[in-house]
Amino acid sequence: MSEVLTGSHFVHGDWACAEGAIAAGCRFFGAYPITPATEISERMAQRLPKVGGRFVQFEDELAAVTAVISASYTGRKAMTATSGPGFSLMMESVGLGVMTEAPCVIVDVMRSGPSTGQPTAGAQGDVMQCRWGTHGDVEAIALAPQNVQEMFDLTVRSFNLSERYRTPVFVMADANIAHLYEGLVIPEREKLEIVERKRPSCARESYKPFAADEDLVPPMACFGEGYHFYATGLTHDDMGYPDGSVEAQRKLIQRLCDKIRQGTSSIVQIEEHYTEDCDVLVVAYGIVARSALSAVKRARAEGIKAGLLRLITLWPFPEERVEALAQGCREVVVAEMNTGQLVREVERASMRKVTFLPKLGEDPHEPGEILSAIRRASR
Amino acid sequence: MSGLSALHQKTLRSDRLPHIWCQGCGLGIILHAYVDALEESGIDLDKVVTISGIGCAGRTSGYVRTDAFHTTHGRALPFATGVGLSRPDLKPVVISGDGDLFSIGGNHLVHAARRNVNVLVVCSNNFNYGMTGAQFGPTTPVEARTPTSPYGNVEHPLNLVSLIASAGATYVARWTVMHPRQLRASLRRGLMRRGFSFVEVICPCTTGYGRLNGLTPLEMMRGLRDVGRVRNVTPSKAVCDPGREIILGEFVDMEAPTYDEALDKLTGRGAGW
Repeated sequence: MSEVLTGSHFVHGDWACAEGAIAAGCRFFGAYPITPATEISERMAQRLPKVGGRFVQFEDELAAVTAVISASYTGRKAMTATSGPGFSLMMESVGLGVMTEAPCVIVDVMRSGPSTGQPTAGAQGDVMQCRWGTHGDVEAIALAPQNVQEMFDLTVRSFNLSERYRTPVFVMADANIAHLYEGLVIPEREKLEIVERKRPSCARESYKPFAADEDLVPPMACFGEGYHFYATGLTHDDMGYPDGSVEAQRKLIQRLCDKIRQGTSSIVQIEEHYTEDCDVLVVAYGIVARSALSAVKRARAEGIKAGLLRLITLWPFPEERVEALAQGCREVVVAEMNTGQLVREVERASMRKVTFLPKLGEDPHEPGEILSAIRRASR
Repeated sequence: MSGLSALHQKTLRSDRLPHIWCQGCGLGIILHAYVDALEESGIDLDKVVTISGIGCAGRTSGYVRTDAFHTTHGRALPFATGVGLSRPDLKPVVISGDGDLFSIGGNHLVHAARRNVNVLVVCSNNFNYGMTGAQFGPTTPVEARTPTSPYGNVEHPLNLVSLIASAGATYVARWTVMHPRQLRASLRRGLMRRGFSFVEVICPCTTGYGRLNGLTPLEMMRGLRDVGRVRNVTPSKAVCDPGREIILGEFVDMEAPTYDEALDKLTGRGAGW
């Protein structure tokens, strides 16, 4: 079977995510079954052995994500996929991945929580968890697909970002998209942009595993290549050796945060509709953005100057653009499938109170609900 | 047995010495036996990845001049599994403590043994959580006094070799740090064979367990020599009672397909991909 299934397909989002991973070069998948992400594992279990990869189902999510980090350290592109309860367990090794700068992709197909919640019901309740869920100071990269096509496209991009910045990258999908069937076009292999991690060019003896270049990203050697390097979750120096000094903590954590912060402009991905002259700005992401676009178009048909800002990257948050757009409009409306999470970022960036449309329990907002809010805001 | 010196330049990170362990601790002996075994076995050092969890024993990976990784608490086995399955030509070696491997990491350990992952696991058993200040753990004898069992430990300890053998480990041995030659031979065996190899090493924690239970470092070392008895028994009969008797020896040594070999066979893929 081919590595890139070029052509048109009618598939669900989990399938598209798995194929995006394989097309991006993923050759290790650490699995633990969980609704509604299981279909990603099932697809990977079938496909990976045929393309020279390894699928391993572990005893729990703690193990699955840890093995993804170690597989990454052997030079393989590696991924895991889970949902809320498993995502909570994975927070431990998210920190390890950040600290040891292991490129990898973690897919969270969001379902209702907290705790076991409603396993089959879509939600957007983990968008702050991916940002702040692991302990300590971190900068996160997280992408939110709005359709099956983007489950493929953004999974590819997540691998590229993880390789580029040497950090775990999150695909934050809602269960609605993961289980949605619709059209997917997989491009030819040559048309896909694939990024590989930076490799060391120095002599093995002089290699310092955590000495960063100007872009603040250290070149990455892998196990088995003769570098004999050491890596640890402890605060470390350029050699990777534990260092308990205040200076070491300041230097390392500042660099780990800054490497993402200084890349923000090239990481951030947004989409705007009718924002050039809008009075009412709607902000949404994932499946909700589709309802929001429909609502904005209907508002325009009614003569209301509405516009949509769709967040494709949730983190880093596009605060400069949010601020600029908010300044030029009368009202801001935010719709999310939770009780109010990313709306806080919108409020912070725009420095104003916004209208929030919460949503709990499976179904995203209907266009009419968002349209009503736009109408009220335009009065 | 040589001293930890120039002879080990190839395998020891001498720039990291002296190590952080307390006087009288047995972890130096375990490290010594491991680097000896690395050199004596003739294994390609480029192909060894030394992995550890958290705790005193978890620091071992930082003193070894192979590729090495210090994981989070309890997760050394999943990390090793990821290494071994991604690159079957590499030999992951886990060196960690009893609390890390059998308490917080117990589930991972049992499942790695069940899968017969190609990994050598060296478990330093000091009967307590040393790094955090000698609290009781999954191996602490009943009624032993620790900072979190000030009235005596109420729990019954696990027998590590019995547990891991029943989980499917294909090589199981137990030694004490007073048996360095036998330990070194077991580590060599574990390095060279394919499959899940488990070597328990009884190791005194003089600062923690010893001090709190009225034992001097010398008494603890002598005690290991006195209670350690080499017997050829089944793992379930391999008693581990530091006050009375600790049965030592190689309890399991058998051939079985490793996880990656079995997986390659099932998926129709040849080895050596």
